[in-house]
Amino acid sequence: MVEGKIVKVSGPLVIAEGMRNANLFDVVRVGEAKLIGEIIEMHKDRASIQVYEETAGIGRGDRVVSTGAPLSVELGPGLIESIYDGIQRPLNKLFELYGPNIIKGIDQPALDRERLWHFDACRKPGDRVSGGDVYGSVAESPMVRHKIMVPPGLSGEILALEDGDYTVTDEIGRLKTDGGEILPITLMQKWPVRRARPYVKKLPPDIPMITGQRVIDTFFPIAQGGTACVPGPFGSGKTVVQHQIAKWSDVDIVVYVGCGERGNEMTDVLREFPELKDPRSGEPLMKRTVLIANTSDMPVAAREASIYTGITIAEYFRDMGYSVAVIADSSSRWAEALREMSGRLEEMPGEEGYPAYLASRLAQFYERAGRTVCLGSEGRQGAVAAIGAVSPPGGDLSEPVTQATLRIVKVFWGLDSSLAYRRHFPAINWLNSYSLYRERLDRWFSEKVSRRWSERVSEMMRILQAESELEEIVKLVGVDALSPADRLTLEIARSIREDYLGQNAFDAGDSYASLEKQAALSELILDFGEKARVAVEAGADIEALSNLPCRERIGRAKSVSESAVSEVYATIREEIDREIAALLTAKEA
Amino acid sequence: MIKEYKTIEEVAGPLMLIRQVDGVKYDELGEIELPGGEKRRCRVLEVNGSNVLVQLFDSAAGINLAESKVRFSGHGVELPVSADMLGRVFNGMGEPIDGGPRILPEKTLNVNGVPMNPAARAYPSEFIQTGISTIDGLNTLVRGQKLPIFSASGLPHANLAAQIARQAKVRGKDEKFAVVFAAVGITFEEADFFTNDFVKTGAIDRTVLFLNLASDSAIERIMTPRMALTAAEHLAFDHDMHVLVILTDITNYAEALREVSAARKEVPGRRGYPGYLYTDLATLYERAGRNLGSAGSITLIPILTMPEDDKTHPIPDLTGYITEGQIILSRELYRKGCLPPVDVLPSLSRLKDKGIGEGKTREDHAGTMNQLFSAYARGKEAKELMVVLGEAALTPIDRLYAKFSDEFEKRYIHQGFDTDRSIEETLDLSWELLSILPKSELKRISPQLIEKYYPKKEN
Repeated sequence: MVEGKIVKVSGPLVIAEGMRNANLFDVVRVGEAKLIGEIIEMHKDRASIQVYEETAGIGRGDRVVSTGAPLSVELGPGLIESIYDGIQRPLNKLFELYGPNIIKGIDQPALDRERLWHFDACRKPGDRVSGGDVYGSVAESPMVRHKIMVPPGLSGEILALEDGDYTVTDEIGRLKTDGGEILPITLMQKWPVRRARPYVKKLPPDIPMITGQRVIDTFFPIAQGGTACVPGPFGSGKTVVQHQIAKWSDVDIVVYVGCGERGNEMTDVLREFPELKDPRSGEPLMKRTVLIANTSDMPVAAREASIYTGITIAEYFRDMGYSVAVIADSSSRWAEALREMSGRLEEMPGEEGYPAYLASRLAQFYERAGRTVCLGSEGRQGAVAAIGAVSPPGGDLSEPVTQATLRIVKVFWGLDSSLAYRRHFPAINWLNSYSLYRERLDRWFSEKVSRRWSERVSEMMRILQAESELEEIVKLVGVDALSPADRLTLEIARSIREDYLGQNAFDAGDSYASLEKQAALSELILDFGEKARVAVEAGADIEALSNLPCRERIGRAKSVSESAVSEVYATIREEIDREIAALLTAKEA
Repeated sequence: MIKEYKTIEEVAGPLMLIRQVDGVKYDELGEIELPGGEKRRCRVLEVNGSNVLVQLFDSAAGINLAESKVRFSGHGVELPVSADMLGRVFNGMGEPIDGGPRILPEKTLNVNGVPMNPAARAYPSEFIQTGISTIDGLNTLVRGQKLPIFSASGLPHANLAAQIARQAKVRGKDEKFAVVFAAVGITFEEADFFTNDFVKTGAIDRTVLFLNLASDSAIERIMTPRMALTAAEHLAFDHDMHVLVILTDITNYAEALREVSAARKEVPGRRGYPGYLYTDLATLYERAGRNLGSAGSITLIPILTMPEDDKTHPIPDLTGYITEGQIILSRELYRKGCLPPVDVLPSLSRLKDKGIGEGKTREDHAGTMNQLFSAYARGKEAKELMVVLGEAALTPIDRLYAKFSDEFEKRYIHQGFDTDRSIEETLDLSWELLSILPKSELKRISPQLIEKYYPKKEN
């Protein structure tokens, strides 16, 4: 056990001497209060320590004790439905034990040591296993079958393994390693957060992750195991977009990391998710969710650790063969935590005071995402998708965190404050956002949804592009100067914007749209456009066309519940036909 | 035994370095005794070996390196708190300045507070009626929310804040309500305006005032909001009161922070403000809220003046990222005579959806709110077009929207600082204005509600 004495305290940075035998990135306990910290630099026998708790009351000469182990997370049954802070302390448990505030120096194991889990073995004594192989499983929640796996790097022969009710630390069996060592098997394993969990190989991102958000799935889809960022100024709806993805994505597990953001937002997730039902299984969404909350008033160093804690948990579920989404809100706050530590370490700053290694750290984080063949003899496939919000100061995308992120991620959902002012939500700008997965995913969409999918998407995009060009002209000469065909284009574009892209997260019928509904709705709008175009060519009045009662019904079509879509849309279609025909006959008469 | 040090090495700006110090802790409160016996306070910013760097709260004038003595208190900066603080006036460091007796403390709290466990937070969802249509109707304030007012020099934010403090109520319940007001570097006149307003309306009895005026020490400003929030936490969480905290002006606070940061030669972030400005502001703002352990709540309204009316300046920008929305004041509306000049479109209350609707306000609240926003936005666009091309270039429907937007500004936004509108009055007014538009335009309201509330036109 290495023990040193503090010589310097400056905010979250503490320097201790006498630490020559400690390892870099070991966790240490600081002072009488036993604050948790991590060694981030060594100069001879002086260790620079970032402390994950408020350092007020720490002074020179206080003891620093190394635990000899790097910052690790506990992985095992009990993760689902939990809310942890940045260093995986269970916040619910802390509330129960210590009241509504987070006082210093408290520690609790991440996984409940008392709770019993029923373990079903799928291997038997005598079997040879190696890293990633499954011993058996625990039904952790109605949605998650938690597989108990051989930790990476270990292989040997099972000596004993038995079904039964166990706590996470109980011995469920014994393993004789190839080295001849006999190790107990438990439901829980540990993994250092700063090291990516190993896999066999990465796979190309050619399966979409369906979010139920029309603008995302239709125009800027993300793949399972993909990476995306959501930059936007405050008030543009970043958090709502992130919450919507966490709620409705067709993944097995969601890890939501609230990193330096508002406390109330985490509370919102915590209170709302148990009430919402997953559209596929009908179970509460919380039953597949893990929350990491390091809110902005909590110590800044733990914020730095929180996204690693989050992605390590995600990788662990990926290794079971699940599709996982890690949602980090917001990576800018994480970068600010890096900047603050860097400043205290008196490092030479890069752009805007951020450390020079900002881009490489961000890249390391996003690179831990991906669809992979997992360790283990079964060849399971799993995926971790990483979605990060970015909060650029003043909404200026040229700042270092946004730029460094854009160089790595493949999907950019650019939020636009002018759309938000008009209360167009999600305020994703359809002209400057992009998804580099779209072409790869086209095949999946045309096979699984509709052969005309990509054709319709391109058509809608073309109309929106045309609108932005026409609007320039309208600004100069007024809408009356446009030809009827162009005015119709404007009308259809408006319909696409308002009736398709605009999606109300707080409306039960509209919050989630299945791909079938998305396809039907886009068809409805484009069909109307097509029929109206024919009518305009036949001389119908554009004003009259845009005031047809069926337009209003198209406008409300997005709130139609999933089960009623085909029926209701068919009646709207009939109405369109009837009204346009009536318009034309009235004209001829 | 308390040690005294006479080893002051240097004083530069708000910082002082003391050598050969032993046993001093980070963030500890210290006291400097000048040769004449005068006492000043300081706080430990860094312990480095036997050197201690402290931040002075008062001016450095008169400090004599050879003769001055420094003592450390063994604890951080603290505030004695008690329910008796209501009706009293304190300086920026929490000492009474109204001539009254010292506070007999129920307890003494560290002013830095302790972060609230997110799992222990209760989600804000109770509607607070401010009597101001633009807030109640469109940017609804709820208990436990932090909603800043972004203002600029020359705009009447003080009147708006006073109006909120005066009119704010939770309807249908008789609960203990208090206001904690912290003046951070504002002028005597502004502070006097608030004090008079509180006295005039009788609100003073339920108010705690902390005053750090423009003439007071700038560094003391760093502590003033913390004093106010500590008092508020005591009232809210120990006495189950509903506390409205008004902090004005946060811009002065951030400037004090920058002064200390610059003196420490820290690497600056944007515009010379320290890189930790976000975190620092968050430790203030996040102290608002409700928790499951107590019936009380803290609702926070920080007021800040945007330098050059620039919303992207670091102070409003970072504030906007932490708070749950913002009320923005508009110079243009103020010139038009709309009072309070709330710029509706960029203003936002993020928690409004949880505080409105049936059982809280009225079933038609959400729909009318969304409709007013989009109609006003479209009306403003139409008016811009009208300026360029003339009225004739507008379609008939756009002309209606333009008319709507004028009426909306004249009747909905403008109400004066003395009118207290109930939420029903605000909603009825919304319908009256929306009836300028044909029913078919009201896409954001459900047909049933239109049927029920759309004013029947008399023929």
